[in-house]
Parts: sequence; C-alpha cells; structure tokens
Amino acid sequence: MDEIFVIAFTFQTLRITIPYLLPSIGGVYSEKGGVVNIALEGILLMGAFFTTLGTHISGNIYTGLLFGMAAGLLTALIHAYITITLKSNQIVSGIALNILALGLTKFLCKIVFNSSSNSARIIGLETLDLPFNPFLLVCLIVLGVSYYSIYKTRFGLRLRAVGENPEAADSLGICVSRMRYAGVLISGLLGGLGSAWLAFNQHSYTDGMTAGRGYIALAAMIIGKWNPLGAAAACLLFGLAESFTLQFQDSAIPTQFIQMLPYVLTIIVLAGFIGKATPPAADGIPFEKKD
Amino acid sequence: MKYKILILAITLLTFSCGKKDEPQNNTGKLKVGLVFDVGGRGDKSFNDAAYRGLEKAKQELGIEFEYIEPGPGADREAALRQFSNRKDISVIFGIGFIFTDEITKIALEYPDKKYACVDYTVDPAKTIPPNLVALEFREEEGSFLVGAIAGLLTKSNKVGFVGGMESPLIKKFQVSYEAGVKHVNPKCEVLIGYAGVTGDAFKNPGKGKELALGQYSEGVDIIYHASGVTGLGVFEAAREVKKFAIGVDSDQNDEAPGIVITSMIKVVDVSVYEIIKEVKDGTFKGGRVENFGLKSKGVDYVYSEKNRHLIPDEVHKRVETIRQEIIEGKISIPVK
Repeated sequence: MDEIFVIAFTFQTLRITIPYLLPSIGGVYSEKGGVVNIALEGILLMGAFFTTLGTHISGNIYTGLLFGMAAGLLTALIHAYITITLKSNQIVSGIALNILALGLTKFLCKIVFNSSSNSARIIGLETLDLPFNPFLLVCLIVLGVSYYSIYKTRFGLRLRAVGENPEAADSLGICVSRMRYAGVLISGLLGGLGSAWLAFNQHSYTDGMTAGRGYIALAAMIIGKWNPLGAAAACLLFGLAESFTLQFQDSAIPTQFIQMLPYVLTIIVLAGFIGKATPPAADGIPFEKKD
Repeated sequence: MKYKILILAITLLTFSCGKKDEPQNNTGKLKVGLVFDVGGRGDKSFNDAAYRGLEKAKQELGIEFEYIEPGPGADREAALRQFSNRKDISVIFGIGFIFTDEITKIALEYPDKKYACVDYTVDPAKTIPPNLVALEFREEEGSFLVGAIAGLLTKSNKVGFVGGMESPLIKKFQVSYEAGVKHVNPKCEVLIGYAGVTGDAFKNPGKGKELALGQYSEGVDIIYHASGVTGLGVFEAAREVKKFAIGVDSDQNDEAPGIVITSMIKVVDVSVYEIIKEVKDGTFKGGRVENFGLKSKGVDYVYSEKNRHLIPDEVHKRVETIRQEIIEGKISIPVK
C-alpha cells in the first residue's frame, strides 16, 4: 500500500462517484417536491447520447455539454408534463421514459453512427488531472448550492412544502405544479450533467452505457434520506465499493466474490445503519387542486 | 398519454433491433443473415472483423446480407430464429462463443438452412449438427506471441491483461499470454483484471478504462486486452498515461496510433468470407470444425509499416523464432 496506490485509489473512487452524485442530487430536488423520478436512468442515457452527438457534430465539448443537458432537461420535461399536468402515475411514466430512452438512443445511434451499439470516438476530457477536474468542482458546487437552496432559501422551503403537504402549500398561495416542475427539471439538468461526464470520460457512447446508474443514484438518495449531503455520502460509498472491486481483483479472493461486495454493502447499509428513511409525505402522489 | 408513450417506446425498440421486414426479394442472390456478439457493430474489433467479411463477400461474390445487433439476454436466440424463419435467407452466422448453445439448437430445428458460428465452443461429447460449421481459432498461439512481445518490451517488468467476461474463452487468452510473457522474461509480473462475469463486460469501456488506469498506476507499462468494446477504454487509459497497449481480434492500431504496439488478430473476416464462398460454390459441408491457427495464418500478430517502429528488430526476430517453434510443436501452450 504505497502512496501512489492510495492516490490512484482515491481519484478512481471520485471519478466513479461523479455520475452517481449529480443525478442523485437531481433526484433529491425532484422528490423533495413530491415527484418520484425513476426516469433518471432514461435521463442519463439520453444525456450521454446527446453529449456524444453534440461533441461529435461540433468537435467541441461545450456544445456537447449543452446538448447533453438539454436532452436531460427535455426528458425531464416530458416526465413533469405527464406526472404533474396530466397527473399520471409517476412510476409508470418513469419506466415508460426509461424504455423510450433505451430504444430511442439505439435508433438514433444507428442513424448517426451506423451502429446501434457504438458511436465514433469523441474528444472528451482527460481524467488524470484530477485535482483540477472541472466535473469534481462542479460536483462540489452543486452539492453546496443544493444543500443551501433546499434548506435555507424560500425556494427550498416552498419545494419542501409542496412535497410534504401540497394542500397546505396551495392554500398559502404557492403554485404547486410550478414548484414541482422546477424540481423535476432541475433533476433533468443535473442528470444531463452527470451523463456528460460519462460520455467525456469514455470518449464515446455505448448502447446502455449508463448501466443502471440512474437507479443506483435513486438508491443513494434514499440511503441519504432525501438530503443532498446524505445522498452524496451514499454515492461516495458506492464509488468506493466499485473502485474496490476494480483494484482488488488481482488477489487470491475469487473475482466473483469481490464483484458481489458493492451489493452486499448496499443491503447491509440499507438494513442496518441508516435507520428508517422517511420520504417526503406527498412523494409520488399527484396533486389535485380542490376548489 | 401513458399508453401512447408505451406504444411509441415499443415501436422504437422493435425498430432498433434492426429488423427489416422487406418483401421477399426475388433477385435470386444468395442472402446471408448475421447476428453480432455483445459488443456490436463499431467495436473496432471482433464484430467489425466479421462485418468486413460480409462486405468483402458482398463486393466479390455479389451476395446480400442483413445483420442484427442483439441486446442483452435472450435476444440472441430470437434473432437467429428471426433469420431462420425467412425464406430468402439461406446462411446464418452467429458471431461469438456466446451463441454456441443457441445456434446448435436452432440448426437442429431448421435443417434446410446453413449455419456457421465463430468461436464455437466445441464439446467433444456432443456432435455438431450436419448443417453447422464450427469456426475455431487458436487464440492461444497468437496470444502467446503478443505475450512474448510484451515480455521483451516491458521496461518495468510488469505487464497487464484486461479481459471482458470471465469465461473459459477469455481465460485462454489470458493464460497463454502469461505463458508467452514468462517464456521470454520469467521475472516479469502479470497483472490481471476482468470487467465482469456477464456478456455486458464486453461493452463497458468505462470499466475497461478504470481497470487499465489501476494497472498502469501499479507500474504496468503494457496491457493486452481481450474485451471487445471494453478495450477501447483500455486504449483511452493508455493514451492518458502515455503507456502501451496491445489490441485484439482486428488490427487496432488506428484506435491509438503509437500506443497500440501490435494486435493479436483473428481472421474472422476471412472465415466468414470463406464460408459464404463455400455456400455459393456449393461446397459447403456442415458438421465439422474449421480450425484457424498460426500455421494457416488464421491467427497472427500485426507487424506492418504502421507499428514497425514500436517493435525493434531483435524483438521481431525472437518472436518469429518462437512462431516457428510453435508451428513445429516445440512449445506447448497452456490454455487453462
């Protein structure tokens, strides 16, 4: 265990944590406002594809980033429209969007890159300059801003109010659907941002490359008790576990056993350490305005 | 609204599977159906090699082809079945060892169609159906040679291996590569990493990159990958830390010029082309195993003007001697 190894291990953990952390915080915004966002997985997939597409077309990562975030935002907008304006079941909408994203990205990939599995190589970002990694910085800023905005600002208070008790919030003149839209859209933006990192780090788009990260982000949010800081800690835990499976493969322990560890860890943490995780009271319930 | 979206999603999914239900063509041309392995088209490796074989057959033999890139899980059998049910398609390829069981089953069900499977896992206890050709490659011979190159070129006396799905086939690459390294450089250490234990491990460049970065940070200076698309991540890692990698299945020099020292190539393209040619000429004979090794140049390593500057002459000479010894049977290569 020399110093270089410890540094490499730490950086690797941070790199892996980024695409969990951003959507996870996005999930906090959405659910604090009372909308369950299972569509995060689809948002990530769309974001990753459009980041790649934007970068491929323009040859410039900023355009790619813009494309990715716009795709995330748009996917979230659909989710918001279905669940808030049309008051449909949030789980159904989320799953439908995930399936849609899976098919749509394949379809578009086939059209643009003549393969439903892989895109061409894009410029992307070098990862080894990690102390100055822009995405890590973005993560820290997002973390700080989200904590402050959810717990210390009027916006946050209103967001939490419509998630806990929309009737009461409504009676005080807060527009419930506007707040909920805001929560879902922010989660779309953050999801798009997180998936842009995936695409930049990998320098390409691969079919299904998010590999369930959206769901893991949701799990981290629940473990973190719907609190940005808690969610971030949970994401770090997942990142650590995954990094562990990568680094300790070449040892006497069978790989299958090591690859099982993150999941065992999740179960242990869920079952034993965090205590009861209580979601916002009106989470998942469409709001019907009564006259 | 929900239903509309579901319907839209399902429609898109169906489309994205590459299905084309065109009316049957009566041009009388031979039509080939090919189902890709997990990594799919654009993997710059295994599947693209098969695709080149199709393209060549199209140009030189005037055939037509269709292909499917299956998603995870049971899609593979469905894809094979879809082609088998078509009247206009007479030859069907499965690309990858992962097709072994499915293609055997389907070949028995459709005795009037012809099948070929690249990397078919031959089980001595079972007979191969009379309408199926198993295409087997001696990856161990090629991997041994690139192992020798890595062992001769390493400066840190540490080299690495990144595998896709942990399976007997990929283990074969790993074990023979290690043997090649140790054959020329007994003191050299070999670090090993696998991306996973399912087929998806062949299409995870993000993980490939992290595995490779991990090995490079431990002092490895050359990594050989046998991991499909996942390997593209290995190249990204090599690019970043300015170290070396060895490609697999196709000549992967163009993925990272100056970084990919060489590639262990399998002539998947030639094998696909040859089978199509046999069908066209009426000489196709199933129920057999077609073997591709160093002797017939069915496997090899790349030594061309593009990468010659990365392999010094004395290394090349040494490796050529080893090649002769393998062909003459003087070196026995472990596969397990």
